[in-house]
Amino acid sequence: MSGAEIFIRSLEAEGVDVLFGYPGAATIAIYDVLYGIAAGKNVVIEKEESESTDEQIQTAGQVNSLSWNNTRNNTMTTTKAHDKQPPKQISGAEIFVRSLTEEKVEVLFGYPGGATIGIYDVLHDITNIKHILTRHEQGATHAAEGYAKATGKPGVVLVTSGPGATNTVTGIADAYMDSIPIVVFTGQVATKLIGNDAFQEADIVGITRPITKHNFLVKDVRDLARTIKEAFYIATSGRPGPVLVDLPKDVMAQKTVFEYPKTISMRSYNPTVEGNIKQIKKAADVINTARRPVLYVGGGVISSNAAHELRALADKLQCPVTTTLHGLGSYPEQNKLSLGMLGMHGTWYSNYAVHYCDVLIAVGARFDDRVTGKVDAFAAEAKKIHIDIDPSAISKNVPVDVPIVGDIKHVLRHLLQYVKPLDTLDWIKTIDQWKLEHPLRYRHDDKLRAQHVIHKLGEMTKGDAIVVTDVGQQQMWTAQFFRWQHPRTHLTSGGLGTMGFSLPASMGVAFGRSDLPIISISGDGGIQMNSQELATISQHNLPIKIFILNNGFLGMVRQWQELFWRKRYSHTEMKSPDFVKLADAYGIPALRASTPAEAEAAIQTALDHNSGPILVEFVVEKEENVYPMIPAAQTVNEMLDNPEPISETSKGPHVQQNIIIHTKG
Amino acid sequence: MTPTTTSAGGAVKVADEQLKQHTVSLLVENRFGTLNRIAGMFSAKGYNIDSLTVGPTEDPDVSRMTIVTRADDQIMEQITKQLNKLIDVVKVIDLTFESFVERELALVKVSSTTTTRPEVLQIAEIFRAKVVDVSPRTLTLEATGSQQKVDAIVNMLKPFGIKEVARTGRVAMKREYQVE
Ligand SMILES: Cc1ncc(C[n+]2csc(CCOP(=O)(O)OP(=O)(O)O)c2C)c(N)n1
Ligand SMILES: [Mg+2]
Repeated sequence: MSGAEIFIRSLEAEGVDVLFGYPGAATIAIYDVLYGIAAGKNVVIEKEESESTDEQIQTAGQVNSLSWNNTRNNTMTTTKAHDKQPPKQISGAEIFVRSLTEEKVEVLFGYPGGATIGIYDVLHDITNIKHILTRHEQGATHAAEGYAKATGKPGVVLVTSGPGATNTVTGIADAYMDSIPIVVFTGQVATKLIGNDAFQEADIVGITRPITKHNFLVKDVRDLARTIKEAFYIATSGRPGPVLVDLPKDVMAQKTVFEYPKTISMRSYNPTVEGNIKQIKKAADVINTARRPVLYVGGGVISSNAAHELRALADKLQCPVTTTLHGLGSYPEQNKLSLGMLGMHGTWYSNYAVHYCDVLIAVGARFDDRVTGKVDAFAAEAKKIHIDIDPSAISKNVPVDVPIVGDIKHVLRHLLQYVKPLDTLDWIKTIDQWKLEHPLRYRHDDKLRAQHVIHKLGEMTKGDAIVVTDVGQQQMWTAQFFRWQHPRTHLTSGGLGTMGFSLPASMGVAFGRSDLPIISISGDGGIQMNSQELATISQHNLPIKIFILNNGFLGMVRQWQELFWRKRYSHTEMKSPDFVKLADAYGIPALRASTPAEAEAAIQTALDHNSGPILVEFVVEKEENVYPMIPAAQTVNEMLDNPEPISETSKGPHVQQNIIIHTKG
Repeated sequence: MTPTTTSAGGAVKVADEQLKQHTVSLLVENRFGTLNRIAGMFSAKGYNIDSLTVGPTEDPDVSRMTIVTRADDQIMEQITKQLNKLIDVVKVIDLTFESFVERELALVKVSSTTTTRPEVLQIAEIFRAKVVDVSPRTLTLEATGSQQKVDAIVNMLKPFGIKEVARTGRVAMKREYQVE
């Protein structure tokens, strides 16, 4: 019996007759077993709109009691002024707000509660920091991520203790996986109650330890300002990431003199910025011998603001560029050297280019399994150079020949001096042939397909838009068919793959950017995971174009079931609300499109709408698949290309016998 | 302040014979939760811990940890990098490639009657173990030395009937004069 069957049988043996759940790639085998017994057998699945259950979150005890000497506090050395006037003492809550001011925080996403009521009282009189009340703490964390990714500045969150804090866990894990600088402040019960199972107590520092870059519990008000300074420094330097600061209620009421540290010195944390020059020269030597080089570019290029340097390097070398999901926007896709995205749903030609390259230059990318497939076969013949700020990202999944640890912008600037222009004409010719033979494509008739919506959106905006996607098929189609041009215009949940990311993240974008139209794209499943934020969007009249690609399915899981689980659609079809009416309830104008012509008109209406939000539901074909696809842990040889035929060969986008042909570069 | 020894149940990713034992000496910030952070990293990534000891150093803000782990070269490289990545870790030294002193302490409570007592004492003497407690039916010995030495005395005492053993796990330090 398989593990999945044993699992279900065990539930039956325990007398379980209802299971509340939501499928995903990791549980697809269990759902397949359920499909067999759903008809009338004991266990019935009820699909919940969100995964919250009334199960209690177990707060793993106060594991900290295992540590040693933990009663000692690192007291801050405050320089005592010896004037006659005693220096003014202010409360922790005031110090908190003044510290944020010192950090030039402009927006705070949050939700109040008992443990943070003192802080909120101070915020009431503050005008330099805008507090945005989201409708769920998960929404606040994703909004902070959206703000951070679109602006390059850290996103800041403030929530209460217990459930307020635990509701931030998904957003924190998301920021950790995608290296997004956010600082999350959580209220905590008073220090003397910690560990007593006090009302709304949760050991959030313990819970988030493995999903934060670092976290702190502030036990003494004299440590508060320094801790906040360190939190912002850690979140934004080196490989960025989330930092959590837990603020007990009594600490926020205690008073001390406010003095914000000017400098920071942490003996245990000194990220490397400049790359080792010997390594850079070694990399240049390898590159200078390349005949078939490929630049494999990840989100690191964007977070290090190095798109300009990347472009200079690609141009000088005449080296084709493929990006990861998070690298989209770092290199303009209409440039002929662009290969578009690589990986599981990457373009056919990018995956083949990587497969056959002789030198692979990985820049700010982490050899994620969705990119590499079977690791031993990934660019197996190539010499590999890896530039990354995080030493632990290097040789983690794939061994590399020349590692360079450092900030990408710095490293690329140096590297540019040592590399020589390469003769890659033959290589580019080969790739161009692949582009003609295996373009991205989809059928175009009177039916509306999600790919068409994205393709048209790319054309109509010319790529001048900030696009925030959710997780699933629409995410992949957007990555494939949009025309990516600029850094910090593509936001998505890549590492964690968090459904429900798009809507709240786009809200964060709207508070940080007003130079480009903002488009949030979700599936019918994902939109329902954080649809409460429609209220926040409506309240602040945020200019977000909310696109829902409604295929009536948890499309991506359905696709896996179709291709690998004998088309047994176990719990992936679902009923949704009338999204137009839903928008109306929130006071957001909305329209619906069901044909290609309606879709194009609706996109135009949305783009022309410049007073606040607008929602468009696109009713699209239900059983479309995302192609190409390299099944998990396999190689280019197993790649499934789109079965739609192509007859003539010329680069797209163009229509060819009802097939839309789309090529990058 | 009691040193702690933990043996972890992380998944072994590589066949055991490829794994080499490493003694890693860490200097860490003496802060709330640091032990958890380090032990948690090992369990989250599925690395082995054979023993882990913690104790204070000459600097009250810094603690020394000695972790004995088993890993192949690639995993060991990751362990070192992941440890360095933790904000509270000040310094990581893999002593395996250095000349170092290591010690472990064990308390062994062994059955001994009037007839077997001289024999037990003789073994204690060979290993320069101290008698720290005695009762009509037992002797408790304190043994110090390398892990092998402690293993050896425990083995020698086994035939007499061991009632209880408490071992500290390894503490280690780099030698000042390195032999090349
Ligand atoms: C919170 C969460 N739960 C489950 C999953 C697993 N999952 C990945 S894609 C997907 C389907 C998404 O459906 P929908 O939002 O309608 O988008 P579509 O794939 O149809 O475009 C699911 C359930 C996930 N990524 N995130
Ligand atoms: Mg869907």
